[in-house]
Amino acid sequence: MNGLLPRHKRDPYWLLLPTVALLAVFFFYPLVDAVRLSLHEWDLLTEPRYVGLGNYRALIESGELWHALVTTLTFSVVVVAGSMLLGLGLALALNRDTAFAAFVRGAVFSAYVISWVSVALLWLWVLDSDAGALTAILRSVGLPTKNWLGDPNIALYSLAGVTIWKIAGYSMVLFLAGLQDIPRALYEAAALDGAGKFARFWNVTWPLLRPTTAFVATTSLIVSFQVFDVVRVMTQGGPVKSTTVFVYAIYEQVFLNLRVGRASALVVVFFGLLLVLTALQLYAWRKKGAT
Amino acid sequence: MKPLALSKGAENALLGCVALLWLLPYAWMVSTSFKTLPEIVRAPTAPLPAGLNFAAYQGVLEAMPLGRYFLNTTVMALGIAAIQILVALPAGYALAKLRYAGRGLAFGLVIATLLIPAQVRFVPVFTMLAEVSLINTMTALVLPFGVSAFGTFLIRQALLSVPDSIIEAARLDGASELRIVYGLLAPMLKPTLVAFFLFSFVYHWNDYFWPLVMTTDDQVRTLPLGIALLREQGTGVRWHVVMAGNVALSAPALLVFAFAQKHLLRAVAAKAF
Repeated sequence: MNGLLPRHKRDPYWLLLPTVALLAVFFFYPLVDAVRLSLHEWDLLTEPRYVGLGNYRALIESGELWHALVTTLTFSVVVVAGSMLLGLGLALALNRDTAFAAFVRGAVFSAYVISWVSVALLWLWVLDSDAGALTAILRSVGLPTKNWLGDPNIALYSLAGVTIWKIAGYSMVLFLAGLQDIPRALYEAAALDGAGKFARFWNVTWPLLRPTTAFVATTSLIVSFQVFDVVRVMTQGGPVKSTTVFVYAIYEQVFLNLRVGRASALVVVFFGLLLVLTALQLYAWRKKGAT
Repeated sequence: MKPLALSKGAENALLGCVALLWLLPYAWMVSTSFKTLPEIVRAPTAPLPAGLNFAAYQGVLEAMPLGRYFLNTTVMALGIAAIQILVALPAGYALAKLRYAGRGLAFGLVIATLLIPAQVRFVPVFTMLAEVSLINTMTALVLPFGVSAFGTFLIRQALLSVPDSIIEAARLDGASELRIVYGLLAPMLKPTLVAFFLFSFVYHWNDYFWPLVMTTDDQVRTLPLGIALLREQGTGVRWHVVMAGNVALSAPALLVFAFAQKHLLRAVAAKAF
């Protein structure tokens, strides 16, 4: 083990004490407590009552768990695919040192900097079915318009589109960093061999970018899995529960239904899913380190 | 040249459209914020307001204690970012520079918290804080974020490249461990600390989820919450007021971005590496 010997044996421990104390109180104890709460029925007002696995059973039997899972996964798949394609395309097009490219990069990335609430309100108004800008534009060119947030078959995809708008800049920045790590000499060699634009992308860029791609995919998967703000502000889980994603279902159980036990059971399942996703991410990360 | 490849001009035009796709919603927001109610409900909607009308901004000020929310948000975000750095510096030092039993375990615990986001913690933390009557306090907004695994990790990484000899020299001069951490090493880490501070500040300034579940009271409510409430007040479609509020909410973050783009990008890129 490298590093200096502490002057006093106890030095490292009190240096770590604030961190460890906060971790214990606000991270690890809550995790254990969530498991305990998930085995009880509790409305925050009366005494909690032990119900064993009753909450889990109820969530499965009512179909709520399955619905939250399907909704969240659908949303995540659309968001990950959309933001990655867009991010990669933009990174490829904007990987040059001109003022115009810097301007476009800044415009796209600005959405990542502002709050989710800002983005949600912005698009709520743009997508407004009466006086929204999108409706006005579509009408003026004679195209049919849709009830983007009021139609249960469309609302989830509208939210996914808004989320892509928000985070595409993030994957663009990561892809740009990945592109800059690719040695220029490889492209020159490929060009000398007579490789065209597409051959160079397929044989040089794509394979060398794969670790970045895996990393961006898993990171945006985890981010989109935790979606809440756009749902709360734009659709409140509706219409007819079509946008009730996992975290919104948890929120609804606690603050609207006052069912802490049911919510905690959802939290425990959600945490389990995040563990699986993170295992995927670590795997992608390890591969990235290996290249 | 391949037939499929776009000409430079067409490519630039396409990229210009992309930039517009991101900038037009902002323009629409600003334009709406200067309109009046009759202009909002009129169809078809005009792209520009009839004049520079500040009534919507007046409306925001009437609907909420904007100054109070602004102050709350700033105090909360500053408090979180400052505590995170103050707590992470000694921890990062112990994790990077000292040799003792349990170092690997401590580092593992810090990294493990990346697995426990706010969405997983909020139910039990809410019931815990309710038990000690801390809901609706600044403490409930700040303290649960006192440790940042990302910040601790960044500081540890930066300290790994500081030579041991500098610390040994300070020890010979009789400096205490705290003096070494805050007086000697912290100034050396300035670029890392600035990048992390900005990242954390903007992140928590923008946060909606935690303040939403931890507050019900005007006294501690934050700006994103207040602005989102503008639309829920049930006063009909007062989109000009909502958008005026949204300008107030997004402008600070965009200003920070405009002036500190390099630092923010540094922090974002660091998250990946």
